[in-house]
Amino acid sequence: MKSAVLVFPGINRERDMARALRLVSGREPAMVWHAETSLPEGTDLVVVPGGFSYGDYLRCGAIAARSPVMDAVRAFASRGGLVLGVCNGFQILCESGLLPGILMRNARLKFICHDVHLRVERSDTPFTRGYNAGQVIRVPVAHGEGNYAADEETIRRLEGEGRVLYRYCSPSGEIGDTHNINGAAQSIAGIINERGNVLGMMPHPENHVEGIMGCTDGRGLFAGLVAHLERAA
Amino acid sequence: MQSNDPLITPELVASHGLKPDEYERILKLLGRTPTFTELGIFSAMWNEHCSYKSSRIHLRGLPTKAPWVIQGPGENAGVIDIGDGQAVVFKMESHNHPSYIEPYQGATTGVGGILRDVFTMGARPIACLNALSFGDPSHPKTRHLVSGVVAGVGGYGNSFGVPTVGGQVRFHTRYDGNILVNAMAVGLADADKIFYAAASGVNMPIVYLGSKTGRDGIHGATMASAEFDDDSEEKRPTVQVGDPFAEKLLLEACLEIMAKGCVVAIQDMGAAGLTCSAVEMGAKGDLGVDLDLDSVPTRETGMSAYEMMLSESQERMLMVLKPEKEKEAEAIFRKWGLDFAIVGTTTPSKRFVVKHGGDVMADLPIKELESEAPLYDRPHVPSPQLPVVHARDVAPPLSVADALEKLIATPELCSKRWVWEQYDHVIGGNTVQRPGGDAAVVRVLDGPKGLALTVDVTPRYCEADPYQGGKQAVAEAWRNITAVGGRPLAITDNLNFGNPERPENMGQFVGCLKGISEACTALEFPVVSGNVSLYNETNGRGILPTPSIGGVGLLDDFTKSASLAFKAEGHPILLIGETQGWLGQSVYLRDVCGREEGAPPPVDLAAERRNGDVVRGMIHAGTATAVHDVSDGGLLIALAEMAMASDIGAVLDAAPEALVPHAWWFGEDQARYIVTVHEKDLLSVFTKLRAVDVPCVQIGLTGGREIAIAGERAVAVKALQHGFESWLPDYMAGKG
Repeated sequence: MKSAVLVFPGINRERDMARALRLVSGREPAMVWHAETSLPEGTDLVVVPGGFSYGDYLRCGAIAARSPVMDAVRAFASRGGLVLGVCNGFQILCESGLLPGILMRNARLKFICHDVHLRVERSDTPFTRGYNAGQVIRVPVAHGEGNYAADEETIRRLEGEGRVLYRYCSPSGEIGDTHNINGAAQSIAGIINERGNVLGMMPHPENHVEGIMGCTDGRGLFAGLVAHLERAA
Repeated sequence: MQSNDPLITPELVASHGLKPDEYERILKLLGRTPTFTELGIFSAMWNEHCSYKSSRIHLRGLPTKAPWVIQGPGENAGVIDIGDGQAVVFKMESHNHPSYIEPYQGATTGVGGILRDVFTMGARPIACLNALSFGDPSHPKTRHLVSGVVAGVGGYGNSFGVPTVGGQVRFHTRYDGNILVNAMAVGLADADKIFYAAASGVNMPIVYLGSKTGRDGIHGATMASAEFDDDSEEKRPTVQVGDPFAEKLLLEACLEIMAKGCVVAIQDMGAAGLTCSAVEMGAKGDLGVDLDLDSVPTRETGMSAYEMMLSESQERMLMVLKPEKEKEAEAIFRKWGLDFAIVGTTTPSKRFVVKHGGDVMADLPIKELESEAPLYDRPHVPSPQLPVVHARDVAPPLSVADALEKLIATPELCSKRWVWEQYDHVIGGNTVQRPGGDAAVVRVLDGPKGLALTVDVTPRYCEADPYQGGKQAVAEAWRNITAVGGRPLAITDNLNFGNPERPENMGQFVGCLKGISEACTALEFPVVSGNVSLYNETNGRGILPTPSIGGVGLLDDFTKSASLAFKAEGHPILLIGETQGWLGQSVYLRDVCGREEGAPPPVDLAAERRNGDVVRGMIHAGTATAVHDVSDGGLLIALAEMAMASDIGAVLDAAPEALVPHAWWFGEDQARYIVTVHEKDLLSVFTKLRAVDVPCVQIGLTGGREIAIAGERAVAVKALQHGFESWLPDYMAGKG
């Protein structure tokens, strides 16, 4: 798997992401500066990592979404290339039009950092094939603006087309207000685009790939991508 | 001097926080009246915050050396060697006054300032900690201050991208009008690539980097060097505004130009901004400095020399670059979108010359600005010795079980999860032990080494007996590092006290320092950096003396660290260390009996060392399955914390007959740990401990879902968790 991690000013989880990709895929990802106008030759996964691009000062992700490199990412995605956006990366993908909807401030208006449980809704996508449908995984969140919102029609389409891949849930997989940590519509933690090659999610699977963090549930996402790309190759 | 500068009058001098005799000193040094800009420079350099004029004389006695110390106090941060060519750079600093006036910005800039101190030395920050002291929960401002400070600490650290892994939060009425915000940053560097402030070489360009200079924070350091009164909120304009995004860029740019070998000397602009940084670079390098303020990037037009020299705008650096690398360095800064300007040169004159609009606004002897700063040996009186409270004279108002349930849900002992869940504590992917344990454990790069990090102090002990309190603060930091299996290496101290012009406050300072010194020596735990914050009082009422101790320890292999959660049922529970049942100054005596009194527990440093070394040895040998130090709240609170962290209860023997039960369960005797072991190791552990004369008794077994003491009502772990986790969120939601 040849991955490229985008670096915008203010991004701060690019090292965490690069380490996870290296540990799971065995290959060092390319770090791509925001001012670049193209992606490295042969890239088969683009990752937009977490952080506070441009300080989140206008709207989360709004300025980064207009960076030169994002044109290259849009072109890559339109050719079917795989794109993963995590946390601020999810926000950037929404702002750049690659995913529908927006991320608003958490319902309780505070930054939250703790482990959450996610229900994997289907396993037949490149981003979930490392898991079983209905499986519950534990990964951390660390965000102040992760409350996913979209108009009713968009939500209906997302649900109808099976594009919600990850949902906040209880340790045993129940969905409900008490487990919906940030007030997201339909407890949405991660969605894909229509074509199924772009995923945006708020939680950080890249922080749960090693036993030292107390849990390795995040590994499956990256392992699934590696398996998918190997089969495709 | 420009014609629109005000005349230097005694009132103007006083409004700069300079005493008449200090002004006399200036006149003598210059042989003339200072200009307005010069007066501002003196006030910035000679205030308590920058000059340590009341504390310097006492700080000299602190032990600061050990074979692993690379840099002790006096630089931006302390540096210790952790082997393999790696060094840890760390420091703690207060931002108390600004955080009371404007909690969000005060806290953010506190965090920003300490991060800058660490990366100025060439280290990438890998962890932050903090110690927060707030007023009584019932005080009308407390909730607002907690909310603002916590949001501010998180707002900066989360965006900058450093995990905030530990700290302390306390409430006490003595902080009602003067909260404490102490922030600690820890960074990692190559031991042979540490950067210092001292300039070298004449006619070297001095470069200004980072954000533009604005009118914020003018006289911040002077404000921080005075007591508060009812009008303190009018000082809001002296509080700086933080920009973590700019700081993140500054970090990356600085580390990049350091890696490229461009930097000769570097100093961040913290307290007293451009003044303090330029003077330090010159004075430390035995050089003069010429500054041309026309080149300083400014945020607003029409700023005077006085304003530019005193601005505390954040996220700025001053550097001396290798001339041949200047273009390369500039390109890196432009890439990160940061300002880069040559604002001066080093000179052989040893004078500090500031020019603006073609005029010389200041021309001062640079070394004397530091070396001739006033130095006071202020009168100090020892605190009165308080009587020892005998446990038998304390009537227990509640049963042991009821007292446990009450204590676990007090502001002092309850879970601080509401706070630390607002801090990103997992970024970096290296947080092996998250907040809530004895010490945080952070992996060093890809391992196997790890750092054990903690912040400790028990202010009520320091108030009751500064000497014992000072010892205890250091001992507890040492113990917390030990309890996770770390080898304690060094500390940073953040000394928060009241007005030093009151002999009783100065007595507390001197007493605490004596205790800190003794403990550091006995435990080989030197002070490598620190900060003094005096004048923490409002309308004449001082805070509890609060010398926060930030400790750093090393684990050779982070996988061999211990945590406090019980690991399985049926593990024997051992209490290591001696228990007399010391109730004086205990949380139990205060919060259950309503008596805040007595002498605090004495600290036996030899016992600390002996007991701690044994516990660390058990962790490394793999015999300890869970470890927790016994501190605030005593034995039963420590056991409850171990149970709550694991959902496993404990079956405990009754208190020994020689002690009254509440003294056994809630006394705060020092140098104690709870350790659980496998049943099969029990005998060998006892044999080993007896051989080295370390007191150890088995007090029960892990198991069940309750804390069940023989002869007492059993308390469900779930009920304890509910009380423990509810108090703070309920309070913050206004239900308290």
